[in-house]
Amino acid sequence: MPTVEQPKENSWEPRIIAFFCNWCTYTAADLAGVSRLRYAPNARIIRVMCSGRVDPQFILDAFSKGADGVLIGGCHPGDCHYMEGNYKALRRMELLKRMMKDMGIEDKRFRLEWISASEGERVKTVINEMTEQVRALGPLGLPKKFAEWDKELESLEHEINAKGDTVHA
Amino acid sequence: MHGNGHNGTVRIGFYICHCGHNIASIVDVKAVSEYIKSLSGVVISCEYKYMCSDPGQELIQKDIKEHSLNRIIVASCSPLLHEHTFRTAVEKGGLNPYYFQMVNIREDVSWVHTDMKAATEKAKDLSRAAVQRVFHHKSLETKHVKIHPDVLIVGGGIAGIHAALTLANAGKKVYLIERNPTIGGHMAMFDKTFPTLDCAACILTPKMSQVKNHPNIILWTYSEVAKVDGYVGNYKISIRRKPRYVNEELCVGCMDCIEKCVYKEGKTPDEFNVGLSKRKPIYIPFPQATPQIVVIDRETCIEFKSGRCKKTCVEACDRKAIDFKQKEEIKEIEVGTIILTTGYQTFDASRVPFYGYGKYPNVYTSLEVERLVNASGPTGGELILRDGRHPKTVGIIHCVGSRDKNTNRWCSRTCCMYSLKLAHLLKEHTDAEVYNFYIDIRAAGKSYEEFYDKLLDENVHFIRGRVAEVSDWAVRPSEEGKLIIRAEDTLIGIVRRVPVDMVVLAVGMEPQADSQDVRRMFNISCSTEGFFLERHPKLAPVDTFTDGIFIAGACQGPKDIPDSVAQAGAAAAQALILIDSGEIELEPNTAYVVQNECSGCRTCLTICPFTAISRDEAKQKAFINEALCKGCGTCVAACPSGAIKQNLFEDEMIFSEIDGLLKMESPACC
Repeated sequence: MPTVEQPKENSWEPRIIAFFCNWCTYTAADLAGVSRLRYAPNARIIRVMCSGRVDPQFILDAFSKGADGVLIGGCHPGDCHYMEGNYKALRRMELLKRMMKDMGIEDKRFRLEWISASEGERVKTVINEMTEQVRALGPLGLPKKFAEWDKELESLEHEINAKGDTVHA
Repeated sequence: MHGNGHNGTVRIGFYICHCGHNIASIVDVKAVSEYIKSLSGVVISCEYKYMCSDPGQELIQKDIKEHSLNRIIVASCSPLLHEHTFRTAVEKGGLNPYYFQMVNIREDVSWVHTDMKAATEKAKDLSRAAVQRVFHHKSLETKHVKIHPDVLIVGGGIAGIHAALTLANAGKKVYLIERNPTIGGHMAMFDKTFPTLDCAACILTPKMSQVKNHPNIILWTYSEVAKVDGYVGNYKISIRRKPRYVNEELCVGCMDCIEKCVYKEGKTPDEFNVGLSKRKPIYIPFPQATPQIVVIDRETCIEFKSGRCKKTCVEACDRKAIDFKQKEEIKEIEVGTIILTTGYQTFDASRVPFYGYGKYPNVYTSLEVERLVNASGPTGGELILRDGRHPKTVGIIHCVGSRDKNTNRWCSRTCCMYSLKLAHLLKEHTDAEVYNFYIDIRAAGKSYEEFYDKLLDENVHFIRGRVAEVSDWAVRPSEEGKLIIRAEDTLIGIVRRVPVDMVVLAVGMEPQADSQDVRRMFNISCSTEGFFLERHPKLAPVDTFTDGIFIAGACQGPKDIPDSVAQAGAAAAQALILIDSGEIELEPNTAYVVQNECSGCRTCLTICPFTAISRDEAKQKAFINEALCKGCGTCVAACPSGAIKQNLFEDEMIFSEIDGLLKMESPACC
């Protein structure tokens, strides 16, 4: 436990964005709090009404802005407060996973979990597991990569322009 | 720049709460407050001991006026707890309540982390996300829905009965649905009640007949809820009325038909006597059953099995009430609120084979003993064992299927007390020596400890130790023909062998076998044990996460009669609040279509589980019916043109939250 509880000075810490549905997983996180369960401080929770509200763009946006992992928490199949929003989430996320692979984002950086309102313990387990999983993968560092790619493009453009100049001359 | 290019008119007030030591001991609230002050748009940033207190709320209101604030953020506990409190405060301060945003730094931060630095950074990140989010907040109007005044109560045990009478006496129309042929539940099966020892039937049956005769109560027994549609204030319920094969209007409960049944003796285990006696295919569960209407069990009735019965029952009924052609009937009703009082089931004692239930005839469950000592029970109240003997020594084993990692971990709360009661009754009926084998005696209740003391004075024996085994393996002459209870007496540190004539297993309370199906039907949650989950364990013990649906009695967790009645009263009061206020406020988090951007592709139409979206064929655009939309936002995420937006959860709000959370400013990350 001290490994997840005490981030060392200046060491890299995984940053995880978690989208939790209001009725099940967010409530479970509240329960984890009320029960004083201790878990890794790496996840930042965004509350949405339903896991079905999670637009795949949110996930890509989070990765592109520097998240090392994204976690989605919804109600168990059959338990969705809005009947079937979680199924919609599941379908989208399966598709997104395939796309992410092509983009070079590892599978394990992304997780969809069904956690019911009474499963505070599960919030702890999932966040701890996810933190360690992402820690093992290391930083994703998309913003840095983007900057590098921008630079590369810029220099390419430069090169082409320079070549063009010579041709014209 | 924060706020994605919005102009400078946004004036944010940020308040961080110490919550006593709850937050301030782990999160450096001063540091967070200082940091937030440096962000663009923030006019006021301060800390306070208890933001939810009156002075805390007044602080916000004063600042709104003095500093013309138009966005308010409070970083404190979970929005599920206090969002409403602060929205109300903001509204009183003269600002639209939806300009408010809450940051959860207690349940999500201080209560779950121990490292102050990491917790403070997390609190900063979450607060910064809120600051960026509120730039996109808008003024919204609260939705109101009307509350249908009728109430549905599911389950006719003592909790359902009490809730029904409370509401009916307040002048509300109640539908009470019970799946058995009679109301009364478990309480009707009990002999006496602890600690007062008043007779269960004497205090219950008058309430049962009040239910039957109350002009405001529609009682449907032998009925189950088949379907639940709608939402708070406007539920549409389908009730399946199972055929009794007896016309309820005509039957007067004279029981002539039962007497004349071709079966001279009963052949089917009697459910009411937990199988200790037999009943005929045509029966009334027990003498005071309510309603007093006969029921025919089609599984055992010869007419249904072969179609060649003499039908002596039909001949016997001069009111012509018996109707073999009766069909299942579906009733559609509309109600505004629902109370679930579906009760519990007792632990199946055969799951702990080493206690010999089902193997040795003289091992009984506590519920069986309730029937055995009952004057209207199978033996007329005389304690005769299955082998015909009268017991001279009885052992009561506590915590069977409770406080046990192999079966159920929870304490069933009632067993200690009912075991004491049964010990008293067994002594009274037989003058037997009674041994209680217990882990702890939990006699926490008004006059409960005194009852325990009384039992000690009555020379009932108490042995502290969990029983290892019940067997008939005699090793001494004194043990011949007896059941031997083996347990370690932990108070004197020896293993004891206690030979007894009768063993009573104090079985625990469990969720009903179909509790998962029921909660799915009503769209509520269960705790890990399978009992229905309350909205808040302390402050909303009878509410659920679904507005307008309340729970009471043992379906919420093991409890005794006084607690069930108290909860039933509370649930009735909660329903009354809704009914008498006539309407309820709903979150304005509905979705809407930005008409110009809609391409009319129909993607959203199939996505919505509430059929709230339709397509205007003339305009070729989608349209959302606000009354039907429940605000899940699934269509918003699905719309390929980004034309659907959800109030309170707009894309811009969530993107700016993501952005705020991941800003690289905080030194702890990377």
